[in-house]
Amino acid sequence: MTPADLLWILVALPLVAGLACVLLPQRAGGTLSRLVVLPMIVLAAGVAVAVADRGPLAHALGGWAPPLGIGLRADGLAAAMIAMTALVCAAALLYAEPYFTAHRAERERSSFRPLAWTLWASVNALLLSNDLFNLYVTLELLTLCAAGLAALGGNAEALAASLRYLLAALVGSLAFLLGVALAYAGTGTLALPELAARVAADASAPVLAAALLAMIAGLALKTALFPLHGWLPPAHGGAATPVSALLSALVVKASFYVLLQLWVGPMKPVSGDLGAVLGALGVAAILWGSIAALVQAKLKWVVAYSTVAQVGYLFVAFPLLEGDSAGSAFGGVALQAIAHGLAKAAMFLAVGTLMLACGRGEVAAICGLAGRQPVAVFAFAIAGASLAGVPPTGGFAAKWLLLEAAWIAGSWHLAAPMIVGSLLTAAYVLRVLRCAFLPPANDAPSQRVAATMPALALVLALVALVMGFATTPLLSLVQVGAGGIAAVAVEPR
Amino acid sequence: MSETVLLPLVTVASSLVAGLTIFMLPEKRRGLRSGINIAAAVIKLACVLWMIDGVLAERVYEARLPFLPGNDLVLRADAMSLLFATLSAILWLVTTFYAIGYLEGAPRRSRFFGFFSLCVTATMGIALAGNLVTFFLFYELLTLTTYPLVVHRGTEKALAAGATYLAYTLAGGALLLAGVVWLHALLGTVEFAHGGVMAALGPETHPQLTAVFVLVIAGVAVKAAVVPFHGWLPQAMVAPAPVSALLHAVAVVKAGAFGVVRLCYDVFGIEFAADLGVLTPLAAIASVTILWGSLRALVQDDLKRRLAYSTISQVSYVVLGVGLFGPVGTIGGLVHLVHQGIMKITLFFCAGNYAETLGIHRVTEMDGVGARMPLTTAAFTVGALGMIGAPATAGFVTKWYLGLGALDAGMGWVLPVLLASSLLNAAYFLPILHRAWFRSQAGEWPAERIRAVGRRETAWLLLLPPLFTAASVVATGLLSGLSFSPLGWTMLIAAREYLR
Repeated sequence: MTPADLLWILVALPLVAGLACVLLPQRAGGTLSRLVVLPMIVLAAGVAVAVADRGPLAHALGGWAPPLGIGLRADGLAAAMIAMTALVCAAALLYAEPYFTAHRAERERSSFRPLAWTLWASVNALLLSNDLFNLYVTLELLTLCAAGLAALGGNAEALAASLRYLLAALVGSLAFLLGVALAYAGTGTLALPELAARVAADASAPVLAAALLAMIAGLALKTALFPLHGWLPPAHGGAATPVSALLSALVVKASFYVLLQLWVGPMKPVSGDLGAVLGALGVAAILWGSIAALVQAKLKWVVAYSTVAQVGYLFVAFPLLEGDSAGSAFGGVALQAIAHGLAKAAMFLAVGTLMLACGRGEVAAICGLAGRQPVAVFAFAIAGASLAGVPPTGGFAAKWLLLEAAWIAGSWHLAAPMIVGSLLTAAYVLRVLRCAFLPPANDAPSQRVAATMPALALVLALVALVMGFATTPLLSLVQVGAGGIAAVAVEPR
Repeated sequence: MSETVLLPLVTVASSLVAGLTIFMLPEKRRGLRSGINIAAAVIKLACVLWMIDGVLAERVYEARLPFLPGNDLVLRADAMSLLFATLSAILWLVTTFYAIGYLEGAPRRSRFFGFFSLCVTATMGIALAGNLVTFFLFYELLTLTTYPLVVHRGTEKALAAGATYLAYTLAGGALLLAGVVWLHALLGTVEFAHGGVMAALGPETHPQLTAVFVLVIAGVAVKAAVVPFHGWLPQAMVAPAPVSALLHAVAVVKAGAFGVVRLCYDVFGIEFAADLGVLTPLAAIASVTILWGSLRALVQDDLKRRLAYSTISQVSYVVLGVGLFGPVGTIGGLVHLVHQGIMKITLFFCAGNYAETLGIHRVTEMDGVGARMPLTTAAFTVGALGMIGAPATAGFVTKWYLGLGALDAGMGWVLPVLLASSLLNAAYFLPILHRAWFRSQAGEWPAERIRAVGRRETAWLLLLPPLFTAASVVATGLLSGLSFSPLGWTMLIAAREYLR
């Protein structure tokens, strides 16, 4: 077995685990879930190490080489995202067991496991896809799993939110499919390497510009870029906690990953001035999302709006992905995607623990929980520090590189909102922490919570923290196979 | 790992490990907690003293940890960092004893001492930071770890003060970050170096560098409570006395002042900053702050608030010293970093003693307190006279060198500022001394909690720390000619900055 075989195992193993969870009885499904989580993390780490050592990995399914067969390919960014996905999915799956037990929701639990495993498989498949059609199929599969998971809350509100989410995501998929069809009409190929060559040969064709526009519109809707974010807060805020973590940390990242890979890869020659538009929308998302997070009454909605804002940081990078600032911008956006995934999952898991401990969902209800749930509050604080970009967290490294890129490009209008956004992030994080440190209300109910739940939140938060010190190896990993993007200057200029 | 790498690391890590351990301890393990605290403080002090010896012999102590690309976390001990590190290490030890006595029986002590240790970690990190990114990291850490101490009491007033504190300091941090990133875009990695690192940049970048100077100095000036960024400090006085003493007389405001010093000397380079023409405005702002703080102190009845406004005024002496281009002004400013620290901590210890022993919080309640608490009041008197600048105290040395420095730099207008400030200092401190010593007690004390037993006017742990620091105020004043005095050490720094 070669390292490239890891790629298909990373897709097949979670798919098999998901199927087994459907077939096996309740209890055996739980045991299986717990058992398979660890090998998945090891496999993902193996891919990251292999890519860092030997460069991009490629595997042709069934020995049929593309364009006839399906090719899987892992470059540095994909490998890093696979590793992040493994940590988040593992934490969500382990967290779900005590979570659904505490909510006495056996039915939801039996639906959660297969859907979560299939979601894991489809994220990995998407990250490893190397042609447009497979990207479309995996995106679609991901959407269906995600919409099913979002409906698990069971009440009418969650169902309505998940239906809205499903509609928005399907419209996004259709727009993306339209873009794929146009690209195929213009170039006659769907495989990304060939597409790159043919686009470069005829970059001025109007059909290609239309294709890129349709793809961007679809993917931006799926990533909840302002002003297309309306579906996100109710869906992420209303879902069951482990589901919220998966949706916010992974699902929006998947569509963003597709957009980023197309932008810096095959579609780069046609991008024109679109970067400036995406950057401006990113700025609006940072400000709007942060301010909205500041005024939400419900804890989970605070965290959900925070995702809207943090997605804005991802888009601010687009106008900076060329010229001198490209290296820093690419490193920054990659780190932001990973750091946000870890910190946001940690934050949702921490918030879910706090909500369970006080039995309510409002920010004001968690008074005094700093004393009773110190681990969850600590995890929330560290995750919040990473989102706000406080050193030495991974979020700081990401925002530092993005700011540096903006400064190199002389883009004040991008740098200033990023700094303001950090302050607003600190404000909404501290608003929650302040409540946790207030003296408890006398009639506050208190429910016991399994110790594993806050512990999992803390583990993810600590990974987001330690990531700050692993910036250099992470950056060299994400630059493996990153096409024309210049390496971040490691030496002083 | 050799000693030159290990010492800076241990200096920072000792309080970090202590803080994290203390968080884990149950509330009632009082003895173990105090033991860990004191052991960490002693280890830290020993490391710092060891490095002083080495730096005198021009040895380089440096520890590097990989962080951002091309930007390590660097802890490096040079003469300037050791000035601040020694001050913090000594006063941390003293304040630890004081805090153990002060918080006897109070709730949530594990949380308090945990964050207290983390604050000292941040302060040490600021002192030993070898480049801008490291400095920024610890500067932000200091903001976040002091917040729980400011709101420690959990009252509405404390929470409001905490919110103000965060609003000011986080905004300051954002300004600093903007400036730091800008400098990196211009220069690449910014390591601190004697004489600054700007010389290589051409004159076309000077307007940009002036803007950067404004950004970064405004960023650190928030913590140094320079007018108009001073609003948070008087409010933050709701914190318990040891917090006010160490953090608002030493750690936080000094981190800001030290930041001004570090940025001006070792990033911009003092001669380069003088060429940019930014030093005179800096001196002017410092002068305004000195006078404004003193004027506001005059009208405060709350003792700790009066001390807070006095801090605002006094810390800007350090900034003024930087603004006066020339070695003599540098000496005056830097030495005040230490002198103000030991004088102000004495005053805050005493204010805490009055509050804890007799329930006195206001100046108007202090009539006749000298008879009831003679030792505390004697220490307070020494601190107050030092602030006024009476000869034979540390404060006199500062003002002497600042005055000389102003004349040296041809900035004669600073002399009236110094004179007016001294008069104002006298005007707000002498009435306190008069009430304490010469008036007789008017009625009952507000809330007498600790009874006097013979010579022991209050708990020993509360009494000894201010006596020690008051003695230091006199000692540093009288023995300032020795090479190991703060003055001797700042002369060494000035020589290394100017005579390269």
